[in-house]
Amino acid sequence: MTRAGADGGAISATGAIRLVAQRELNIRLRTRSFLIGTAAIIAVIAGYVLLQVSIFGGADRTEVGLSGQAAVLAEPLRTTASDFDLRVETSEVADTGEARSKLEAGELDAVVSGNAAELRVLVKSELDPNLRAILTDMSRQQVLAAQLASAGVADPAAVLAEANATEVQVSMLAAKDPQADQRMVIGMIMVFLLFMAISTYGALVAQGVVEEKASRVVEVLLATVRPWQLLLGKVIGIGLVGLAQLVIVAGAGIAMATAAGVMTLSDVALGTLAWGVLWYLLGYFLYATIYAGAGALVSRQEDAQSVLTPVTMVLVIGFVVGLNLMLQDPDSTATRTMSLVPLLSPILMPGRVAAGQVAAWELSLAIALTLAGIALFTWLGGTIYRNAVLRTGSRMKLADALRG
Amino acid sequence: MRPHTLEVDGLRKRYGDLVALDGVSFAVNGGELFGFVGSNGAGKTTTMRIMLGVLAADSGAVRFDGEPATRHTRARMGYMPEERGLYPKMKVLDQLVYLARLHGLATNHAHAAAEHWIARLGLSDRRETEVQKLSLGNQQRVQLAAALVHGPDALVLDEPFSGLDPLAVDVMSQVLREKAAAGVPVVFSSHQLDLVERLCDRVGIIRSGQMVAVGGVGELTTGASSQLRVDVSGAPDGWADELPGVRVLRAAQTSTVFELAAGADDQAVLHAALAAGQVTRFDRHRPTLAELFRDVVTAGERP
Ligand SMILES: Nc1ncnc2c1ncn2[C@@H]1O[C@H](COP(=O)(O)OP(=O)(O)O)[C@@H](O)[C@H]1O
Ligand SMILES: [Mg+2]
Repeated sequence: MTRAGADGGAISATGAIRLVAQRELNIRLRTRSFLIGTAAIIAVIAGYVLLQVSIFGGADRTEVGLSGQAAVLAEPLRTTASDFDLRVETSEVADTGEARSKLEAGELDAVVSGNAAELRVLVKSELDPNLRAILTDMSRQQVLAAQLASAGVADPAAVLAEANATEVQVSMLAAKDPQADQRMVIGMIMVFLLFMAISTYGALVAQGVVEEKASRVVEVLLATVRPWQLLLGKVIGIGLVGLAQLVIVAGAGIAMATAAGVMTLSDVALGTLAWGVLWYLLGYFLYATIYAGAGALVSRQEDAQSVLTPVTMVLVIGFVVGLNLMLQDPDSTATRTMSLVPLLSPILMPGRVAAGQVAAWELSLAIALTLAGIALFTWLGGTIYRNAVLRTGSRMKLADALRG
Repeated sequence: MRPHTLEVDGLRKRYGDLVALDGVSFAVNGGELFGFVGSNGAGKTTTMRIMLGVLAADSGAVRFDGEPATRHTRARMGYMPEERGLYPKMKVLDQLVYLARLHGLATNHAHAAAEHWIARLGLSDRRETEVQKLSLGNQQRVQLAAALVHGPDALVLDEPFSGLDPLAVDVMSQVLREKAAAGVPVVFSSHQLDLVERLCDRVGIIRSGQMVAVGGVGELTTGASSQLRVDVSGAPDGWADELPGVRVLRAAQTSTVFELAAGADDQAVLHAALAAGQVTRFDRHRPTLAELFRDVVTAGERP
C-alpha cells in the first residue's frame, strides 16, 4: 500500500501496532477472567505441590519410637538408615501404653525395645522391609561383635569395620540419571502449561477477531490502519498477556515447590522455564495467526467454534500423543521425530529439554522449522484475514478467502 | 480553514461477475454538503468504502485536494460506515480516545477532542458507560463522534440519518452544516430524499453503478420538465387537449395536470383556461427531488 508521509496525520505502522497491542493488554489484564484464571492455575499447582509433600514427604520419613534399653540405638539407627537412603526420625517412648496409642494414631511407624542383641519391634500392621533389614543388620552386628570378643579376637571393632567396608562393585551399561524422575515431572508440567497457554491465548485471538467482525467495528478501524497492522497488534497484545500469565504461574510453581522441599532442581526448573518462554513465543505466534485467519472466516460468535475446533484438535492431538510418548520414553525415536514437526514441537520440545537429552542439532532444527512455519502461517493467516475480515454473512469458504 | 476538495474519478469495481461500480465520478467541494442517493444495491456503500481505502477499486482514482488519496490523506477523513460498529465493551471516552489516537492524534489532543465531542453531542453523563449499555440513539451519537473526533478535513457518511429519531436528525443536520461551513467537503448517502433536498447543496444520483445525475439541487429540478396544475370549473371536457407546448398527464373532474416542455408558455394555458370556465387554481409545480429521483431511476429500468 501507499506509504505515509512524514508531516504528521496518519499514524506510523509501528505506532498503530503498538496502540492496538496496548488496547488488548489494557482490557485483558484488567478482566476478571484473567485474574481468576491465573489464581485458579496457581491454586491447582499449589494443590499438586501439597500432594507431593504429603505423599513423599510423609512416606520417605520413618518415625521410630525407642523404648527402654533400645534408647541408646538412636544415633546408630539414624546413621545406618542413611546408608540405606532411608530417613529415620527417632523419639523415646516411656511405656507400652504410649507405644500402642502412638502407633494407632499413626504418629509412629514402629516401636523398638529390648537390648541390641535381642531387638523386639512393635508395629501397627506391617514392618517396612527396609527398616526390618536395618534393625536385623544392627542386631547381627551386635551378636557378631560379642561372639568375636568371646572367641578371643583382640579388636572385634576393627574386624567388623573391615567386613562392613566390603562392597560389591557395580558397573552400569547406562547410568540412570538420579534426577530423571524430577526432570520428567518438570517437563510434563511445562508441556501442560504450554498447551494451556497456546490453546487459550490462540483461541482468544480468534475470539477477538470474531468480536471485531461481529460488532462491525473493524470497518471503522480499517479506515485508518492496514489489516496486517491490526492483526499483528492484536496477536502481540494477547501474546503478552499469555506470556505474563505463563511466567507468573510457572514462577509461583517453582517458588512453591522449592519452598516446600518437593523440588531440589530449581536450576533445572528455571532453565526449563526459560526454554518454555521461548517455545511459548514460537508456538503462540505459529498458532495465533492460524487462529486469526480461522476467526476471520465467520462473522458471529456462534459460528466461531466450528472454525476453531480443527485448529484446537491439532494442538490436543499433539499434546495427548506427545505426552504419552514422553511418559514412555522421552528419548525414543517416536518422541524425537514428533518433536521436530513444526506444529507439535512448541509443545514437545520444551518437555524433552526438561526430561531428557536433546541434541543441539535437534533443537536448532526444530526452532528453524517452527520459524519457517511461522512465516508460512503468518502469510496464510494474514491473507485469509485481509480477504475475509470485511465479509459479513455466512461462514466464508477457506478457498475463497485465500483467493481474495 | 482552507477549503478542501474530495473527488472520485471513473471508479470501477466488480465482485466476481457482478459489476458494482461502472465508472463512478463526482466531486465534492469544501463547504459543500453532497447528497449521494440511489436505490439499494446501486453502489453507494462500495463507492464510499473505496473513498476511505477500506476497499480497493479495480480502476479509477480517489483524489483529495487534487492529489491521489493516500493512507496519509485518508487518515484525515472521517467515516461512518453503513454497518455501524464500535467496541461494545469499551467505554465511550476510551473508545473515542483510542480512535482519535489511531488517526494519529497525540494522547492529550485525543483526550481533548473526545471530551469536546462528548459534550457537543450531549453524551457527558455517558462518557464512562460501555457502548453496549447505551440506547440506540446514543450509540449513533457516539458513532458520529467517532467520525469527527480526529478533526477530519473531509467527511464520508454512509446513511448517517437512518435509524435516527427526529431530535437526533436535527443534531446531525446541524453538525454536518457546521462542518461544511468550516470548509470541509461532506458526502453522505441517504434514502430520505426530502432531507437531502432540504440539506444538500448538490446531489449525485447513482443507478446500477453509474452516475445518472450530478448537480445542484435547484439546477437539477428546474432542468427537469415542470408541471402545471389547473383547476377549472364549468369547462367542457377536452378543453386542454389542443394546447401547444404542453401534454396532459392526467385529468380528473375539474383538475388537469400538464407537463410543460422546457420554454413552453404557461400564460397561453392560463388564457385558454379562463376562456373555458372559472379558474379556481393555477399553479406551476417544480418536481421534488423524490419525483426527479423516481424519474431518472425508473427511466433506466424501462426496456
Ligand atoms: N462483498 C461483496 N461481495 C459481493 N457483492 C457485493 C459485495 N458488496 C456489495 N456487493 C454488491 O454490489 C452492489 C452494490 O452494493 P452497495 O455498494 O452495497 O450498494 P448500496 O450501498 O448502494 O446499497 C450490490 O449489488 C451488492 O449486492
Ligand atoms: Mg449501502
